[in-house]
Amino acid sequence: MLLTQLLTGKKARVVRLTARSQKRRRLLDLGLIPDTVVKSIRRSPAGDPTAYLIRGTTLGLRSEETNLVEIKELS
Amino acid sequence: MGLTSQSSGLNVLKKEFNLTSGYNNPVIALAGNPNTGKSTVFNELTGLKQHTGNWPGKTVIQAKGYFSHQGQQFMLVDLPGTYSLLANSTEELIARDFICFADPTVTIVVVDSTNLERNLNLVLQIMELTDNVILCLNLIDEAKRKGIEINIEHLQSELKIPVIPTIARDGYGITALKETVFRVNSGEIKIKPYKIKYSPEVENKVIELEETLEKRIGHLKNFINFHWLALRLLEGDQTILYSLEKYFVDYFPSKILSGESGVQASGVR
Repeated sequence: MLLTQLLTGKKARVVRLTARSQKRRRLLDLGLIPDTVVKSIRRSPAGDPTAYLIRGTTLGLRSEETNLVEIKELS
Repeated sequence: MGLTSQSSGLNVLKKEFNLTSGYNNPVIALAGNPNTGKSTVFNELTGLKQHTGNWPGKTVIQAKGYFSHQGQQFMLVDLPGTYSLLANSTEELIARDFICFADPTVTIVVVDSTNLERNLNLVLQIMELTDNVILCLNLIDEAKRKGIEINIEHLQSELKIPVIPTIARDGYGITALKETVFRVNSGEIKIKPYKIKYSPEVENKVIELEETLEKRIGHLKNFINFHWLALRLLEGDQTILYSLEKYFVDYFPSKILSGESGVQASGVR
């Protein structure tokens, strides 16, 4: 499952990043390291970007970024 | 051949950052993640009233101020808040280029004590680029309120840099911060920060690249950290090549971006 598909209010655990080189580094710098718990906070009216709670900070990410993050949803 | 600021293009940088630094006018950079209270620390140190606000991207254009401690004047530069130094955005590019090319005497990294884990990523990146780093544990009161206790001694011995807890809003810890900056500048405190070790595969490639850099641009060794530069080149960071060319323009008449210098060809795909 991709981070893009996580519904608002739901939590997930990062499994792996499919991004490579600079894009990968960017996501890691934002705190999206495997095993990190991420919560989808809210979606912008247009559906993109989406706000996520990541390691204590709310960050807005675009689907082009969240498409590169594989997750496992937490119940 | 000596490298004067005229010939190196460093005057371009000084102009860009509006610096009038000299031997007796040390420059102190203030870096940190967004929303950690950097501008509040800046105001407390300088006595200025730079606009502070609780939204990201406020300090895109760098602010400059002065403070004195024991008769020594320091110029303080407030850098935009960033999560990393990898130049993915204008803010990161400004912060990166300033620390890399303006060569501040000391860099203070302001972190949010309630969210240390996230903040330490940038601290490690800055420690990789420059030795004189001071960690400012801001919002230490909020951390306490949230039940977070930070072992300052332990953090200090792990990172091998001075760690100063502050509550900038109340002015707590600001004098200690000034005193530490003063003692680092005077040479009384010598900082040798912890350096990240990469896998042998990476480290070997870095050594190879450093040797190439030494051969090709050895005359710039006093102006840029070759180990750090080699790591960036290995990552395929194009922006560092643009910045190198911008700030050392006279030294790259053949344009490094064309790959003619051999820097690109040897290490970057």
